[in-house]
Amino acid sequence: MERIPILKMGEFLLVTIQVDMHDRLALQLQDDLTNRISQTGAKGVLIDISALDIVDSFIGRMLANISLMSRVLDAATVVVGMQPAVAITLVELGLTLPGIRTALNVEKGMELLRAYAAGVASGGGDGGANVGADGEGADGGPVR
Amino acid sequence: MADPSGSETLPIRTSTDVVQVRQAVRRAVTQLGFSLVDQTKMVTAASELARNTLEYGGGGTVRLETLQEGARRGLRLTFEDQGPGIPDVERALTDGYTTGSGMGLGLGGARRLVNEFAVTSEVGVGTRVVIARWK
Repeated sequence: MERIPILKMGEFLLVTIQVDMHDRLALQLQDDLTNRISQTGAKGVLIDISALDIVDSFIGRMLANISLMSRVLDAATVVVGMQPAVAITLVELGLTLPGIRTALNVEKGMELLRAYAAGVASGGGDGGANVGADGEGADGGPVR
Repeated sequence: MADPSGSETLPIRTSTDVVQVRQAVRRAVTQLGFSLVDQTKMVTAASELARNTLEYGGGGTVRLETLQEGARRGLRLTFEDQGPGIPDVERALTDGYTTGSGMGLGLGGARRLVNEFAVTSEVGVGTRVVIARWK
C-alpha cells in the first residue's frame, strides 16, 4: 500500500510530502504519524510541504488535525516550506490553519522544534499553551 | 493531454480521479500561460469542486474548456453530478456550512478563487457548478 515515509531523527519525526496526495493517502499519513508519535514518544513533528503545489481545504484540515493530535500527545508540529502561491491561495480560500505553527524552511523549523523540546519557546501565534509551560531552564541546556 | 483549443471531459469517481483533475487543470492553465498564483488558485478551486462532486454528488464528471474572447484567454470548468442536489444553494455557499465532514469552505472558497462562478442544482436531479478564470 502506498504510504508517505516518516523518518525519525533523534526525538523528532520528519515528513516530506513529495507526491500529489489523494485524500485517502492524506488520512493514512494522519493515522501513521499519530501512531509513530505515540510509539516513539517524539517531541516534535516537522512536515515539509515545499513540494506541494496546492493545499486545499482537505490537506489543510489534515495538517490541522496532525497538529492537534500531536499536541495532545505532547509533541509540537511545525509545517515548513509553503510556497508563496500556495499561501496566497490559502488565504483567499478562507483557510487560516488555526493552531498550526509554520516556518520558512526545514532549518528554521528544526530550530523551532528544538526550542519547543527544550521548553523555552513562548509559542508563536495562537495556542502554544502546552509547550514551554515550564518557562525556566532556558540557559540550562536541553537535557531531555 | 489537454488540447489547447478544445475541451476534455474527465470522470470523478474516486479520490485518485480528484488528483487527475488537479493535474489536468494544471496542464491546461500552464498551457494558457497563467501566472503561478493564478494557476494555483484555479487548481485549488478545481480540487475543492471535484471533491464536492465526489463526496456530495456521489461522483460525476468535469469538462475543461479553453476560452478565447478577443485577446483574452481563459479556462472554464463544468462539474456535473446526478447526486441528491443542494436544497439551499445560498446556504451551501456560506463559509463553514457543511453537511459532510469537510470544513465547509469548498463552494464559497472556490468562488473566491475564480472570476466566474455559477451553481445550478435541483434536488433529486443533480448539481452543476461552472467556474472560469481568465488570464
